[in-house]
Amino acid sequence: MLSFLATDHWYDLRDLANLYRVVLEGLDHIFPTGLVYVLTALLGFIAFFVVFVLPSQLYVGVYGERRLIGRMQARQGPNRVGPLGLLQPVADAIKLLQKEALTPRSADRLIMWAAPVLFVAPAILIFAVIPFGPRMVFADIPVSLMYFLAISSLPVIASFMAGWSSNNKYSLFGAMRIVAMSISYEIPLVLGLLAVSVLSGTMSLQGMVYWQQDIPTWMILIQPIAFAVYFIGVSAELNRTPTDIAEAESEIVAGYLTEYSGMRWGLFYGMDIAYALGASAFAATIFFGGWSLFGLEQWVPPWLIFILKTYLFYFVFIWTRGTLPRLRIDQLMSFAWKFLLPIALINLLVVAVERLIWTSNDLPDAIVWAFGAVNIVLMVGIVFIWAKVFKYDPKKRPTKPRLVNEPGGYRPVDLEQGGPSL
Amino acid sequence: MTLTLEHFLTVSILLFAMGLVIALSKRNSIGILMGVELMLNAVNLVLITFARFGESTMSITGHAFVAFIITVAAAEAAVALALVISVYRTRGTIEVDRLKLLRF
Amino acid sequence: MSGFGITVAFWILAALTLASAGGVMASRNLIHAVLFLIVAFLGVSGFFILLSADFLAMAQIIIYVGAISVLILFAIVLTPRAERDNSETSMVLPALLLGTTLAAVLLFVLYDANWNVTNVEPGLSAEVLGSALLSVWVLPFELASVLLTAALVGALMIVRRQEDEEGDSAS
Repeated sequence: MLSFLATDHWYDLRDLANLYRVVLEGLDHIFPTGLVYVLTALLGFIAFFVVFVLPSQLYVGVYGERRLIGRMQARQGPNRVGPLGLLQPVADAIKLLQKEALTPRSADRLIMWAAPVLFVAPAILIFAVIPFGPRMVFADIPVSLMYFLAISSLPVIASFMAGWSSNNKYSLFGAMRIVAMSISYEIPLVLGLLAVSVLSGTMSLQGMVYWQQDIPTWMILIQPIAFAVYFIGVSAELNRTPTDIAEAESEIVAGYLTEYSGMRWGLFYGMDIAYALGASAFAATIFFGGWSLFGLEQWVPPWLIFILKTYLFYFVFIWTRGTLPRLRIDQLMSFAWKFLLPIALINLLVVAVERLIWTSNDLPDAIVWAFGAVNIVLMVGIVFIWAKVFKYDPKKRPTKPRLVNEPGGYRPVDLEQGGPSL
Repeated sequence: MTLTLEHFLTVSILLFAMGLVIALSKRNSIGILMGVELMLNAVNLVLITFARFGESTMSITGHAFVAFIITVAAAEAAVALALVISVYRTRGTIEVDRLKLLRF
Repeated sequence: MSGFGITVAFWILAALTLASAGGVMASRNLIHAVLFLIVAFLGVSGFFILLSADFLAMAQIIIYVGAISVLILFAIVLTPRAERDNSETSMVLPALLLGTTLAAVLLFVLYDANWNVTNVEPGLSAEVLGSALLSVWVLPFELASVLLTAALVGALMIVRRQEDEEGDSAS
């Protein structure tokens, strides 16, 4: 196998860390030492945000998503502003900036103002541990998997603040829904990612990329159950459309976003996309080999491979959004507790046994393919057993809304006694 | 300046005292629970501080203890909040100075 | 443990944590108190990072911020007719007295005693913690998992309503 052809020259654009190092050394002669590190870290982060996250948000998240969803629904999508409608996201942003940000009179002003700000911060923090290349990672901490999980549990608080401070019935329902959902889906999500961590023996994202590069394989082939659990769990936590019951327009107006307008709403909207991008980047790192592509990363810039993988995964998000109808909250909650959690637990047990067999018998690395085959068979078997033998089936009729009648004195329509027939 | 054991322990002592005052003086039982959580956090901080600065070969003991405390805190919070909701259903209030049915 | 960045981080975190703990005590609104509590939890996890316990810092954020505070918020919203204000009982003065005394005594002990302090980084990592949990501490570890299961089932049983057992009648 060819060795990695890295040079340390600044023009070696396959690894942008070279360029960064040269700039850093140049500035080191001008400024005092400590200042340069702070300044360059700050500038690098802002530049990264401007170069990667913002264009991705605007052109993959807003424009690409709307165009693709339009195609999937047999319509054009935005095509008026600029060539092919390419200036549409810019026009939207200008429109949002001009709009008045209303605050209801009975709202809790401080919290309502703080919620979008607190929603933005974790979206930026998530990207700190994502490896874009062999040396292109902001914080290569040994527990970056835990870091991702920890940071992704923060925006729930901001969503709750938004919903509660608006002092609106629907906002409170949305907030309660998102809190219940995220606390339910966090558990299978953690268990699924724990299985990945057990198999690769590391909790660092960079370490997982190296693990997949060394075998060489992709984690999705070895751990299909973990991937399925991750995908469903993360799309529930992110409020993507098949599971966006927290801001369901047709049920509770817009959930916790009902009272938000103007750029405050824009921050929520934009950062939802940034979270989805972060989740895509995370999935590309853990399940799709990150910046490695079976030796091709020596020729093509690794960061380009990584960004393309991220976009491909984001396309899957758009695809599910364009295809699947929205689920009900009781279906989603019972799905998390009665289906995802057991299969994540079984998967964790199986993976732990596999890891034990692998390390205690000193087997070659190729054994992971056998594990992958076992896991795929297991996945099909479990889903089949759950559907056919245990008859796991979402309820056809909505259950009584037991949660929502607590907050505002809302009484459900009694279906048995002359309510509207379904 | 150099950060020493005393800096971290001062913070955790103050945090513990504040948690104690909150737990002893709040009227709402959820507020009391918050005070208890703050006290647990202060204790965790003490353990981690001694694991970092203490002269011992078994420093990991402090970390293991903190892991157990976090686990127990999670269990405690879940049961306590379930109790709060249950009490609210039967009595209609969760204020500790109104829940005096069992007082002598 | 020295260095400009670490010192600045320590003072910022200390101010943040103590100020938000004071906010929990002082704020009249229960939801505001919980939000202050979340900031205090985040500050403590920052201290954990400063003390190079990064695994526990992340566990702290996941469990305290992501689970416990969310549960507290849930409990507040589910008890709507209870008083929303975060006021004190008549025991506030004795509590303050006791708290101040305790803090004074502990601070006196802290600055009076002669601690056996080393400034060598112990080099603890998630791997060391994991192997310690599964070798030295394996019995408490298993007991903790049993405790968690018991708490889960117990919490479910406590909040479960009577009607649920009699075939889901309307509430």
